[in-house]
Amino acid sequence: MDPAQVAETLKHGAVPTAWYLALSAVLFVIGVAGFILRRNIITVFMCIELMLNAVNLSFIAFAHEHKQVAGHLFTFFVMVVAAAEAAVGLAIILTVFRNRSTLNIDEIESLKN
Amino acid sequence: MDPLFFLLFAFIAVACGVNVVLQKHPISSALSLVAVMASLAVLYLLQGAEFIAMAQMIVYAGAIMVLFIFVIMLLNAGPEETKGRSWAALIFGVPAIIGLMGALAYFMQTGMPELGSVKFGDWKGGGAYEVGYALFTEYLLPFEVTSVLILIAIVGAIVLARKEID
Amino acid sequence: MFKLWLIPLLPFLGFLINGILGKKLPKLAINAVAVGSVLASFLWVALVVGPSSDWGANKLHAHYFTWIASGNFHVGWDFAVDKLTMIMLMIVTGIGTLIHIYATGYMDHEGGYYRFFAYLNLFMFFMLNLVLAANYLILFVGWEGVGLCSYLLIGFYFHKKSATTAGNKAFIVNRVGDFGFAMAMFLIVIQFGSLDFTPVFTKAPGAPVETLTAIALLMLVGAAGKSAQIPLYVWLPDAMEGPTPVSALIHAATMVTAGVYMCSRSAVIFLHAPAAMDVVALIGLATAVFAATIGITQYDIKKVFAYSTVSQLGYMFLGVGVGAFSAGIWHLMTHAFFKALLFLGAGSVIHACHGEQDMRHMGGLKKYAPWTCIVLACASLAIAGFPGTSGFFSKDAILTAAYEHAPWMFWVGVVTAGMTAFYVWRAFWMTFWGEYRGHGKPHESPMVMLAPLMVLAVLSLGGGFLFNVPEILKDMFPLKEEIPEEHMLMAISVAAGLIGIAMSWYMYVVNQELPGKIANALGGLYRLVDDKYRIDEAYDAAIVEPLIEGSSAVLWKTVDAGIIDGAVNGVGSQARGIGNVLKLIQSGNIRSYATWIVAGSVVIIIVMGIAGGVR
Repeated sequence: MDPAQVAETLKHGAVPTAWYLALSAVLFVIGVAGFILRRNIITVFMCIELMLNAVNLSFIAFAHEHKQVAGHLFTFFVMVVAAAEAAVGLAIILTVFRNRSTLNIDEIESLKN
Repeated sequence: MDPLFFLLFAFIAVACGVNVVLQKHPISSALSLVAVMASLAVLYLLQGAEFIAMAQMIVYAGAIMVLFIFVIMLLNAGPEETKGRSWAALIFGVPAIIGLMGALAYFMQTGMPELGSVKFGDWKGGGAYEVGYALFTEYLLPFEVTSVLILIAIVGAIVLARKEID
Repeated sequence: MFKLWLIPLLPFLGFLINGILGKKLPKLAINAVAVGSVLASFLWVALVVGPSSDWGANKLHAHYFTWIASGNFHVGWDFAVDKLTMIMLMIVTGIGTLIHIYATGYMDHEGGYYRFFAYLNLFMFFMLNLVLAANYLILFVGWEGVGLCSYLLIGFYFHKKSATTAGNKAFIVNRVGDFGFAMAMFLIVIQFGSLDFTPVFTKAPGAPVETLTAIALLMLVGAAGKSAQIPLYVWLPDAMEGPTPVSALIHAATMVTAGVYMCSRSAVIFLHAPAAMDVVALIGLATAVFAATIGITQYDIKKVFAYSTVSQLGYMFLGVGVGAFSAGIWHLMTHAFFKALLFLGAGSVIHACHGEQDMRHMGGLKKYAPWTCIVLACASLAIAGFPGTSGFFSKDAILTAAYEHAPWMFWVGVVTAGMTAFYVWRAFWMTFWGEYRGHGKPHESPMVMLAPLMVLAVLSLGGGFLFNVPEILKDMFPLKEEIPEEHMLMAISVAAGLIGIAMSWYMYVVNQELPGKIANALGGLYRLVDDKYRIDEAYDAAIVEPLIEGSSAVLWKTVDAGIIDGAVNGVGSQARGIGNVLKLIQSGNIRSYATWIVAGSVVIIIVMGIAGGVR
């Protein structure tokens, strides 16, 4: 979007949809960065949740763009799945901690080679 | 007003997101993540997605993040150690992240057609009525499937987290 | 109705029957099959094909099937009979029959009886193919086939390393010659576009001399290999490791004459390449002299006759080289008679002395084996050129032709004739005169062995009168006119032969210490000749050893073990190497997995973006 159009939109008191999408991308990349660079398992999991939220934002933005409610539905299902995934994932982390007494993701490498 | 609110809560979201990545103690990261979700809920509201905003607060911030914090306290996770290395992640990771950012930015710039704008109140189609209606007519099957999914998750979580009976 | 294919086929059937079933058959059956098949061939030639006049008029052709049909080039399995073929057929089948009969007696106590006759019949099959061929390719089939049978039969006593080595030597040296022949055939195809005799010989006069000379010289290489001329004669003396009937049939009467036959058949080519003819004559003459000198010093009776064969083949090539093709063929025929007789007689002598082959342990056999003595005397007279014998006529024809070509060749030939007479009669006196110097008691051979010998003796003595070959072949090779010196030349060569006989009589009967004294006086020279001029050692050092070393170092170690094994094993180790690198991705480290996922997704995003999105 060129600056003239953006200024026009802002004057009307509206926010360009592209900004929402940009925000979504930024949050997603932050999540990826955390996922790759952090060593604590739980922190890594939280970065996964961050990524999912970024995608939700993107869905809502497009739902508003096309004036359809399907985007909201999709977000709803993403949230359900995220909840289920969080439950099971944390249970796995608990089990791993019980067996190895470490939360360092680099030390869980029994699948090496 | 809308741009102002957007910028404020977008800033909060990004700052707290960065904080999630940068904090040493997982509990601090978890609390930052809660803040991110809260600001995202406000952003949903700005776009007229009332139902989803509420669901976000209740489910995500209220249930999932609480679960996270419970587990962190249960495991008594301390500040993160600096042991362990993964050269692959460091050498290729940073360029990959930068590349991802660049690719997303570029293709969003060039590939996206003309998009509209968002103003609070210009679309009333995200209310509970509309979402519920679609959920129980057009998206009934996925809805039922998700209930099965939750059942599986419950069973799995219980089985995995059970203490061995010795 | 002539069914030319029967002539080679009957021995081939004999080979199959004896080869496949021979182990179970009684000796009588094996004999019947082996001898019968060859005898049937002979009778077919003599009684069915012979009386017709078609072969005389060059009209007897048979085409069986087209073997190669490639573009304009066609080669078929063709037989043709003309006068030259007829002579060869009679020689091969006739002497072949006699030798087969002899062999039933000679090989009676040997192991592998059926195998021997199977191979012998196979040899007859190939030889008959060779002489019946109407194009060079079938001739080459027979050529190679007789080489194969020669190898099989020389190495017949395969338990003896010397026999198998001799078989290898024969085959390999032959191969060198065959290579030359194959090159000649390629040149013929290039030049004339066909391998059939008729078109080639019709077009030959018009071809450029250089090509014809090249073809002729390459053919000479092939003939030198097969007919044991310098430098490829070295296999023939070693071939005496085979049983004596083999030496008689293959290395005296038939296979070694294939080279002479081939040169005579290609007379048109040779006549138009005078340089090549000169080379042929020179090689023939050199071989004759060379082998004769070696024959003087040998003590093994078979080796004497082996070198004699080489020497006589040299005479035949001399005849061909000076343009007297019919004289060469005549000598081929008479040589077949007396050389086969000499070898078979030697076999009889060996049989009499219970396997002894060294003449120093023989002697005085004329009272133990009188018939053998008589027939060998006939053969020795023939080879020495005693007037009236068959050998006299044919040798005289060659020497006269040599005189017309170049007088110095005549004189060398005469000296060689003297040496020939000398060494043959030396062998005769040492074997039959004096006192018996061996062990045990010698005995005469059975009739089954003597009967063919007697037939051959008659042929040796009277063959010159019975078959006037130049007369028979005068359509193909025009007769030469008599020259005034002819009677003088005849007298000189007869005198040389008689001198040789007399000298041998003096040195080996009258004054028996003389050979020893001469040998000591000549010292080093005698030892050189006795060692066969150390040619075998020279070949060994110059050719065989470097070949083996080079093959071991280059072909074996470098190419086979290094390159081929290296490549194959290298593929395996490369795969392992790549796997070693790839397995690093499986680090078990979740963060690196995540990194790869992100990297991959970046690639996908870029690719999809470039490709225009998911629209």
